[in-house]
Amino acid sequence: MSEQLETYFAVTQLHARYATVVDAKDWDAWCELFVDDCVYRIQPRENYERGFPLATLSFTSKGMLKDRAYGIRETLFHDPYYQRHVIGAPLILESSATHIDCESNYAVFRTKLSELSTVFNVGRYIDRIVRTPEGLRFQSRQCVYDSEMIPNSIIYPI
Amino acid sequence: MNAIDATLTQLQSSPSALNWYENGTSRIPFRVYTDAERHRKELEAFFYKNHWCYVGLEAEIPNVGDFKRTAIGERSVVMSRAEDGSVHVFENVCAHRGMQFCRERHGNRKDFVCPYHQWSYSLKGDLQGVPFIRGVKQDGKVNGGMPPDFKKEEHGLTKLRVATRGGVVFATFDHAMESFEDFVGEAVLHYFDRMFNGRKLKILGYNRQRIPGNWKLMQENIKDPYHPGLLHTWFVTFGLWRADNKAELKMDRHFRHAAMISTRGNAQAANEVSKVSSFKETMQLHDARFLDIVPEAWWNGPTAVMTTLFPSVILQQQVNSVSTRHIQPRGNGEFDFVWTHFGYEDDAPEMTERRLRQSNLFGPAGFVSADDGEVIELSQKGFEQKPDHRALAELGGRDVGDTDHMVTETLIRGMYAYWRKVMGE
Repeated sequence: MSEQLETYFAVTQLHARYATVVDAKDWDAWCELFVDDCVYRIQPRENYERGFPLATLSFTSKGMLKDRAYGIRETLFHDPYYQRHVIGAPLILESSATHIDCESNYAVFRTKLSELSTVFNVGRYIDRIVRTPEGLRFQSRQCVYDSEMIPNSIIYPI
Repeated sequence: MNAIDATLTQLQSSPSALNWYENGTSRIPFRVYTDAERHRKELEAFFYKNHWCYVGLEAEIPNVGDFKRTAIGERSVVMSRAEDGSVHVFENVCAHRGMQFCRERHGNRKDFVCPYHQWSYSLKGDLQGVPFIRGVKQDGKVNGGMPPDFKKEEHGLTKLRVATRGGVVFATFDHAMESFEDFVGEAVLHYFDRMFNGRKLKILGYNRQRIPGNWKLMQENIKDPYHPGLLHTWFVTFGLWRADNKAELKMDRHFRHAAMISTRGNAQAANEVSKVSSFKETMQLHDARFLDIVPEAWWNGPTAVMTTLFPSVILQQQVNSVSTRHIQPRGNGEFDFVWTHFGYEDDAPEMTERRLRQSNLFGPAGFVSADDGEVIELSQKGFEQKPDHRALAELGGRDVGDTDHMVTETLIRGMYAYWRKVMGE
């Protein structure tokens, strides 16, 4: 049991770290929560459940994450906003010496300057986390979102 | 009458009359984006009459009984495939009590049944079953039932006229209008056929966004070759767009539809032309696969063709990424924008992967498309706060015509020349 608790604790800390860095707009730290050969996808639930491969964003290397970080910082014009993640308790589906498969619900709130806070995107994370010498890292994070309409655009990572 | 009285009279007779500079379309009154009443007139004139509107792709309903719920303007419609393989479009309003009976967005069924009183319709939209049509027998007496002269064939769903070409489905409430081919016109149809050349399409998936701006702004965005090299600095930074690209702008004879045709060149360093301050000559992608572009035979040269079919759809070919972008208005200040990305049935798996990877550039989070939605939202905000003002579209002059370059807003002026003719103002 203590090993399971340790895993559970480590996963919740990783999720908390993830929320902290993306809500703080620390895109470099966001990239470093992934291994080099990683997958990061934001996909409508509709595509996921109907077996359509299209994702709203689909990155298949840490390099692509870094390119997104560059885009956010340097090239993508957008109305500035804060985002705030609330991540539910992870359901650990499988845990081994090398990796952990888990899922958790999330809600992201968006606050534009001079505006009220609104629900921006809700869904679930489907994760494969790997144990590395530096601690837990995402090998794959899929954000499968229920939100039927994107309120105009998604700029920052979910 | 003194000047003040004259002004007052004018204001009272038409409080929001449009003032067009020199009676042209190079200055667009903000009121065309802000008035609810004018918007309702546009829906009637452009979406419900005299225009073929986009409904979907045949590949979305490949089998008998497949259906898709979508919208034309602000009216909910259903596209279905009947037993004989034909495609039908009907309005999602029950002939009995007017309920919007179809709630699933896609699926497969033998017929459509309104849950309220179980009226059932065929896949073609004909009324089939009416419960208690002959009444209910009780104690040797028949109670109720429909009047003897009630005819089911008179109470089908509102059927639209359907046109399919190259696997794309268009429909119109207007049964008297010209053919789809005449509607699009020869010049633009050429580029439609280039993308939809008869090969079967393969659906890759959807993206849906709600943009808080007037629907026409999205048509204008894709009729505006001025902005890509300036707003979309990602395009410029990574060499995908340049103001001196070989380019052509072509319109139909009414100026409502257009094709922006461009071919990537490699001549000069990009910053000599673009003058974009944030351009970084030395910037390299960490992962170059975003721009792993492989030319395809059907392109016939151009690396990007963006086609606007007025009023309802944009057809996108940006290198290997192809999609339809469906405009669904929601009042004058908002529209839904639905992206359907696809490939072709004979695509090799590597080409499918490539199309999917390049789709990161487009859509509601795309490296170059996310900012289009943002500027449309902020334009609408500007219009709302100053409705008596106007926008300028004078790059390249004040007239309208095809060009062999991108440094012009002629397509926007053309669209409003058509708009004024149809709206009569």
